[in-house]
Amino acid sequence: MFRTFIIGIFLGIAATAGALYAIPAVDLHRESSIITVIPNGGNTESFHINVPMDRIMAGSRGQHEPLPAGMEWPTDTVLANVRMELFKIRNARDTVVGIAARTAAKDDETNLIDWVLHLPARGSFFVSMSPVAMQGNYRIGVFSAGTSEFAQLKGTMTERWVADTSGEEDAPEGRIKLFAQYVGAAVPVDSDAAEPVE
Amino acid sequence: MKYVAALILGLAVGAAVFVVALIYNPFLNTQNLSPLTVTGAQTITLSYSAVAENNIVFTNDGESETNPYPDRVLQLWEKPIRQSSARVALLLDGRKQPAGVGVKISSLSERTNLLGGEALVDSIWYIYLPGKGAFFIEQSENYWNYLRQIVIPAHRSSADFWKGNWHSDITYGPGALRTAKVTGGSGAYQGYVMDGVESLSTYIYSVSDGPVSAEGRLIIELPSLDNEVL
Repeated sequence: MFRTFIIGIFLGIAATAGALYAIPAVDLHRESSIITVIPNGGNTESFHINVPMDRIMAGSRGQHEPLPAGMEWPTDTVLANVRMELFKIRNARDTVVGIAARTAAKDDETNLIDWVLHLPARGSFFVSMSPVAMQGNYRIGVFSAGTSEFAQLKGTMTERWVADTSGEEDAPEGRIKLFAQYVGAAVPVDSDAAEPVE
Repeated sequence: MKYVAALILGLAVGAAVFVVALIYNPFLNTQNLSPLTVTGAQTITLSYSAVAENNIVFTNDGESETNPYPDRVLQLWEKPIRQSSARVALLLDGRKQPAGVGVKISSLSERTNLLGGEALVDSIWYIYLPGKGAFFIEQSENYWNYLRQIVIPAHRSSADFWKGNWHSDITYGPGALRTAKVTGGSGAYQGYVMDGVESLSTYIYSVSDGPVSAEGRLIIELPSLDNEVL
């Protein structure tokens, strides 16, 4: 019986090690991406934010009603001209797929609108928008950096406010539509043999 | 029957022995000295409170040890973002004066490898420093030492509490020297790619509330703008 117990100990050690090796400790839920291939190269993907349902935070100086309730935006002068918002973002199927932060700021040297989108299990990207709205009432920005599947991508993203006109009782006030266009960055297969791209 | 009982008991003991050996294995110490502590380059040092109640906003799935703040903040309960958290914090400079604001969004990493002492979290920071511009930080963080030196002792304590003085770099990549990748988004450092390191100092941890007294620190190594051209 003692021998069985000892064998059990070794089996227990092996089984635990095997389980830790074989079973992933973290398994993130993945929504399948809804990506469209465009004719002149690259892919597009659209996201949207239902306002106000998906707005987690809106912080700026002089807010009458802070969001979320109870939030205290710092009164320091350094943040006087900064507005930061945090959202849940949805894909084209209206399913929440990530978290996004939008920052608008203006001071003597900087005038910016930046987006950061984080899609767990896929990666994140950072877009610097042109502060000036384009004709058609939208803004466009370029990918400044990306992680994981977005690390090797360049591209642009537009933001557009679309007010709700359905008149339905539980409809959002409107949507912030984000339209991303990804283009793969040129990466030489053999860095030693490759000629620099002009 | 008694042989089956002995086998099951042995399996349980074996599993427990393995887990204990894993937690207290001294060879799985991932603590390292940040290369930025000995850099000769100019750096930006920013600090923030790692306690949810001292941040502007902190949210997660609402079921983790750290409670969202404020109470009525929208929680991240949907499946794809359930293992994520978001923190918006006032950033202080080296003299503890307000320097800007930052948002940190983190998700548990599928590259987590407990056998190798890697409890990984993939995170990004967006930092805006008025007058200096915006920075985007990409990093993996390793919470293995945090778990075994703070969280597990707190759970083992009869008071469900840990008190001490714990300091460690938590950045674990993607840089070869375990540094974070920092991209300048605007201002003087627009387009520059830099290194960064995040560290965490924890003094009090409660099982029911998470960190009660803790401070995070970000160090960004700045390029020499006079000499370097992208």
